[in-house]
Amino acid sequence: MSARAEATGSTQAVTPVLEVRDLEVAYTTEGHERTVLHGISFSIAPGERLAVVGESGSGKSTTAAALLGLLPGSGRVTGGSITFKGEDITRPGRERLLRLRGREVGLVPQDPMSNLNPVLRVGRQISETLAAHGVATGKAATQRAVELMEEAGIPDAARRARQYPHEFSGGMRQRVLIAIGLACAPELLVADEPTSALDVTVQRQILDHLETLRAARSTSLMLITHDLGLAADRADTVVVMSAGEIVEAGPTEQILRRPQHPYTQRLVEAAPSVSSARARVSVRQGEAPAGVQASGERASDTLLEAVGLTKRYRLRGQRGQEVVAVDDVSFRVGRGRTTAVVGESGSGKTTLSQLVLGLVAPTAGEVRIEGEVVETARGARRRAIRRAMQPVFQDPYASLDPTYSIEHIVDEPLRVARIGDRASRRRRVAELLDQVALPGSLAQRRPNELSGGQRQRVAIARALALEPRLVVCDEAVSALDVLVQEQTLDLLADLQDRLGLTYLFITHDLAVVRQLADDVLVMQGGTVVEEGAVEQVYAEPRTAYTRDLLDAIPGAEFFAEQAR
Amino acid sequence: MARYLLNKLWQAAITLLLSALVVFVGVRLLPGDPALALAGEEADPATLAQVRTDLGLDQPVIVQFWRFLSNLAHGDLGTSIRTGTPVTDLIAATLPVTLWLALYATVLAVVIGVAGGALAAVYRGRWPEWVANGFSLAGLSVPHFWLGLLAILYLSVSLGLFPASGYVPVTENPLRALYYLTLPAVILGTALAAVVMRQTRSSMLETLSTDYVRTARAKGLPRARVLRDYALRNSLIVVVTIIGLQLGGLISGAVVTERIFGLPGFGKLTLDSVFTRDYPVIQAVVIIVTAAYIVINLAVDVLYSVINPRIRVGGEA
Repeated sequence: MSARAEATGSTQAVTPVLEVRDLEVAYTTEGHERTVLHGISFSIAPGERLAVVGESGSGKSTTAAALLGLLPGSGRVTGGSITFKGEDITRPGRERLLRLRGREVGLVPQDPMSNLNPVLRVGRQISETLAAHGVATGKAATQRAVELMEEAGIPDAARRARQYPHEFSGGMRQRVLIAIGLACAPELLVADEPTSALDVTVQRQILDHLETLRAARSTSLMLITHDLGLAADRADTVVVMSAGEIVEAGPTEQILRRPQHPYTQRLVEAAPSVSSARARVSVRQGEAPAGVQASGERASDTLLEAVGLTKRYRLRGQRGQEVVAVDDVSFRVGRGRTTAVVGESGSGKTTLSQLVLGLVAPTAGEVRIEGEVVETARGARRRAIRRAMQPVFQDPYASLDPTYSIEHIVDEPLRVARIGDRASRRRRVAELLDQVALPGSLAQRRPNELSGGQRQRVAIARALALEPRLVVCDEAVSALDVLVQEQTLDLLADLQDRLGLTYLFITHDLAVVRQLADDVLVMQGGTVVEEGAVEQVYAEPRTAYTRDLLDAIPGAEFFAEQAR
Repeated sequence: MARYLLNKLWQAAITLLLSALVVFVGVRLLPGDPALALAGEEADPATLAQVRTDLGLDQPVIVQFWRFLSNLAHGDLGTSIRTGTPVTDLIAATLPVTLWLALYATVLAVVIGVAGGALAAVYRGRWPEWVANGFSLAGLSVPHFWLGLLAILYLSVSLGLFPASGYVPVTENPLRALYYLTLPAVILGTALAAVVMRQTRSSMLETLSTDYVRTARAKGLPRARVLRDYALRNSLIVVVTIIGLQLGGLISGAVVTERIFGLPGFGKLTLDSVFTRDYPVIQAVVIIVTAAYIVINLAVDVLYSVINPRIRVGGEA
């Protein structure tokens, strides 16, 4: 079944740019062959935009690598065929492959930070593509590289072409990679998560630009993404992959509005942009959690209060120059509520979380928890305050010591705080693992035996060990796949209800905010530009910046339409 | 860049001063007396005292140090106690030998090490890697005085390919000089080559699996270009640092190698002067070696910024 045929209906006569039939890819490890792609079939018509959607490990990037002969290590095509404009390129020779790569099929890779050669000038990295394929050489290639950079939306291209990658921002580097991918005007552009590493507003600008360039050349596009919203906005056809197989394929509208396969249905439901503020039982509507004195004062409802928080960093090597990371920020976090801090990279949101946790000292202003100033507290009070707030960090791979067992990791805060004896701590760890819905059998395992979602649960269990009142989640779900992300958010909401926790949720992802938070602070350049209840801010954003952020969420329009 | 260099030079001056102090005090703490060595075991106390006065050894150490420093500032390294010749003449005669030897050894080691390491990484799991790994292991573990003796025994004595000892100045006859220096340079460079090979291999394996190498391949660049401009150039950033650190070892290695091959170099001068407590010569030797370290490290820093634009100083290139 051809996705293309369904999508356009009337293009049977046209030879597809790319046709993949029953593709199988296998890796050999220690003599064992492991098949990772099973019977992948799809085709892309001239000018068509196809999105391959799936979670990490679904095989979407492997499919792209197989097309270009870029399978890593022992990976190889073990079955099926790949046809490019009617020519079989399943197992191309070296010469054929060199012409295919870059000339006929362009690649825009995922991470702009790691995909440019740090020791070559940017212009050279574009012009050498032209030269390698004989499209332009020498001065002409250099000149063309500058033009390509201009087309990709890089200002002052002639000067910037002589700079090195480290002098470019992430967004600008991604534009360079797009210029490289499109340099030789290929018939097919493979874009592998081209903007996942970028802020939403930058992401939108770049994808808009990419679309303009693509449409002008009527290049076909194979867009690989984990983000259904992105597929909704940017593709004609969607192929959904899971565990090395295609579970569903068809026109974007049909897949997203009437998904047939249970996996696709779950994926669509979990897409954060889809689910507008899900109803969830929460303490915020009803009674205050036990233990809170009904003194009637507003102050007693405020767990955390920041007053005029400011953090300035001195720039190294430049005397007197300072960067204001957080600039006079004041806010309150109500007990039992979730307050989200939203902003793009460089907005100061992470510095803010470190200030709250007392990990960095403020230049001015103070943080109060239950009315007590964090910075001036000493000794036992200080330790009590530390215990009252615990962090959950972004990367579950980096935040757990790989040499410790899970039990040891969760137990550590208890040991540090000298709580209980060995037996009682063991019981507490079992209880905590149970709270985060992890089987007790994992206690003796090491972090590398766990999946990303499981690890983040371990990190949450560790944060809960000391029965904190405030949990600071710094991008706690950003590194997780959509379905896992949803489960983790559910877990956080459930824990909040059961334990009366208060969350300060730092994130760049506005869709997640809507799903979880009660209140939101929008940060830009170190200051809070907007704050209020989530429903209110989302429904009627007061500042242009918040509006831009909301509009930039991939699939926002698409799913908003659906909701109506 | 100028400011950066100026800063480095200032640091170098301080390092030199400190090392002068350390060596000055250090040699005087050594057991043994240069006056005794010069006047002979049989000399009577009056003669010894006279010798001491002539050498200035009867002055307080602080005065001696000051005199030494001010002479140093005038480029006067003193006179050898043992031979009575100016130390500068001794150094002028021996330093070039060692410099040529070290330079030759370095060039050989870097060429062999980088090439071998790169091949080992590219042909991973095949015979070039096994050969390179074998060489690295042997080069690091076999002591080079023993290697030198074996080389003399088989390559010079039995096969007669190279001279067992002797030296011709490079300025006199470059080809003959090369003929005499090759074997010592190979022996001296073996350990460095082994280290460079290891480092190049592991760092190249790393760069070969980077995203930018994959992107370069996806551009359709020929394999040789990808290996040279992407994998190798980025590997060299680490390798250059290692070379800089290892070159210091080369100088001390030269002492032993010169001894084995009977080269009239700096190493021989060092050993002879230590044995006779020839204070002025020891001091001069240490100062020069320190200066060499500083110059090498400065050169590595500069080279490093040429290879790695990210640390290029002075803003935009």
